[in-house]
Amino acid sequence: MPRSLLTLPLTLALAASAVGAQDVPAPAPQDQAAPPAGQQPAAPAAAGQEGLVVDVEGGISAPMPIAIPAMPTSAVVQTPAGTTDVVGQQLSQIIANDLRNSGLFTPVPPAQLRTVSFPEVTAPAFDYWNGTGAQALVQGYVRANGDGTLTVGCYLYDVLAKSELARQGFVVSPSDWRRAAHKCADTIYTKLTGEGPYFDSRVTYVSETGPKGRRIKRLAIMDQDGANHRFLTNGQSIVLTPRFAPNQQSIVYMSYVDKRPAIYVYDIGSGRQRLVVQNAATTFAPRFSPDGRWILFSMAQAGNTDIYRVSSQGGTPQRLTNAPGIDTGGSYSPDGSKIVFESDRSGGQQIYVMNADGSNQQRISFGGGRYATPVWSPRGDLIAFTKLGGAFRIGIMNPSGGGEKLLTNSWQDEGPSWSPNGRVITFQRSTQGSSGKADVWMVDLTGVNERRIPTPLDGSDPAWGPLRP
Amino acid sequence: MNKIKTTLVVATMALAIAGCAKKRPAVLPPAPVDQNAGVDPNAGANTTNPDGAITPGSDADFRRSVTSNTVHFGLDQYDIDPEARAILDNQAQWLARYPNVRITIEGHCDERGTREYNLALGDRRANAAKNYLAARGVSADRMNVISYGKERPIALGSDDASYAQNRRAVTVVLS
Repeated sequence: MPRSLLTLPLTLALAASAVGAQDVPAPAPQDQAAPPAGQQPAAPAAAGQEGLVVDVEGGISAPMPIAIPAMPTSAVVQTPAGTTDVVGQQLSQIIANDLRNSGLFTPVPPAQLRTVSFPEVTAPAFDYWNGTGAQALVQGYVRANGDGTLTVGCYLYDVLAKSELARQGFVVSPSDWRRAAHKCADTIYTKLTGEGPYFDSRVTYVSETGPKGRRIKRLAIMDQDGANHRFLTNGQSIVLTPRFAPNQQSIVYMSYVDKRPAIYVYDIGSGRQRLVVQNAATTFAPRFSPDGRWILFSMAQAGNTDIYRVSSQGGTPQRLTNAPGIDTGGSYSPDGSKIVFESDRSGGQQIYVMNADGSNQQRISFGGGRYATPVWSPRGDLIAFTKLGGAFRIGIMNPSGGGEKLLTNSWQDEGPSWSPNGRVITFQRSTQGSSGKADVWMVDLTGVNERRIPTPLDGSDPAWGPLRP
Repeated sequence: MNKIKTTLVVATMALAIAGCAKKRPAVLPPAPVDQNAGVDPNAGANTTNPDGAITPGSDADFRRSVTSNTVHFGLDQYDIDPEARAILDNQAQWLARYPNVRITIEGHCDERGTREYNLALGDRRANAAKNYLAARGVSADRMNVISYGKERPIALGSDDASYAQNRRAVTVVLS
């Protein structure tokens, strides 16, 4: 759960006195119709009756025009993130890209963005912005603090109503400066759509290169917009199917190091890895429980594969399934009480749900065809899956198996993973032939706004991490 | 909601930098050299002696002696069909001549399956071949199995003929 600014009253008071009136004059209302922002009722965006609201169901067909000018700085200062004026320009571009990539917003083109002075940040030129067609306006500022950190202020305005809708401030270390932009974009997005945030998050995946018969695969992580990309392993061993720990400090994945298919936990900060299950049998398909206490995984013994769980600290695995077929995959419901998994016990791959202790295993997919790789949405309302047929397609269904909807239609899309707010799905798309390759893609849960995520090389097995605190 | 002051009040929210405050590893984590992952069955290492002749009991000797080191499977199947039986019978005879030789049986799948299921299916195929060889007298403790799922295709096209070549179990003699 992101830490709310409302729980930091002391910091709030200190910041008020530190920033204060000496930096910026009190905003002069543009006209009588603009009451001081503090007296504006905070109408939740989801209420819909009044105020600026983005309809996430229909909104993609009519994205909201939004102006995001460069963020000025009170003083141009060199920082490890660059000079503060350049950082302010880049912040606005990151915010614009996040919002554009959601499919719900159309940023005003750069040529129409006026230069906003520092005082204008809290006293917008609403008439100008109205002339650009923008309905919403995002303004902000950057300041280098004396201790090496940066402060980024973020303000959202309703252009037509000439009112402030939201404001947030962020203090970040220079290496995290992009996160301030994502946090600001999340503030805008959540206020206007009523949905949960997701821009300040990362994706782990397998970077791929080399010939099709001998791919070089490396574990990698990146911000959800493709920035801050980092390789975590060196490609000497095949690596597969990474997943973030809920606390984001580690990634669990499967590796063929020493020619032993086994699962490892990789500590992101230290780079150290530890073997999860001390066993000669093939273990794979690992994922964490939502509380981080368990690692779910598959183990193949004597030609039969079942699902097990083991304490994330290591120990004796507990068997959860025991059917004479292939049971694999597995994804916890967000409350940790249930697990959705795939099994071919009925003859072909289908989706099953069981309690987290392995009891009460029930098939839920009956739509005709085969179903694989089920993943439970962090919102709990949907299960995404790969549907196998002439094509492999990403789909969603509700947790009882109904309401099936297919979101993509390419030759081979597989392995969906949910954004933290349950609105966007990342997946792997492969192309045919000896020169075929795989890439990381995303699609909205309504099936629109399908797009490829830029990665240094090719990519597979993407897994979206939690929202960063 | 708390009343917001109209002067420039900025509520600060310190961002936790869990895991990111630590120094990045200076080098990528070392992986022990994975010598034979998805080994090309035709590239036997250490199987020739210094004057170029093939060492008896080596993988190169195995490959030139048996009908084939590879058996194939039908779509989504893992049963040993008559053609596979004949090939494995022949492998078993060679293995009986070299009772101290150990083998790894690799199970493979075509690309028209999902990642994790294919790892399990490859394991099924490798074990099917192993069980058959065991029934033909090859001691189980001489045999390892490993599944490569769809990670190491031998035929790279996206057509049924390529897929049929990729659905296979490969017997590799360890040097």
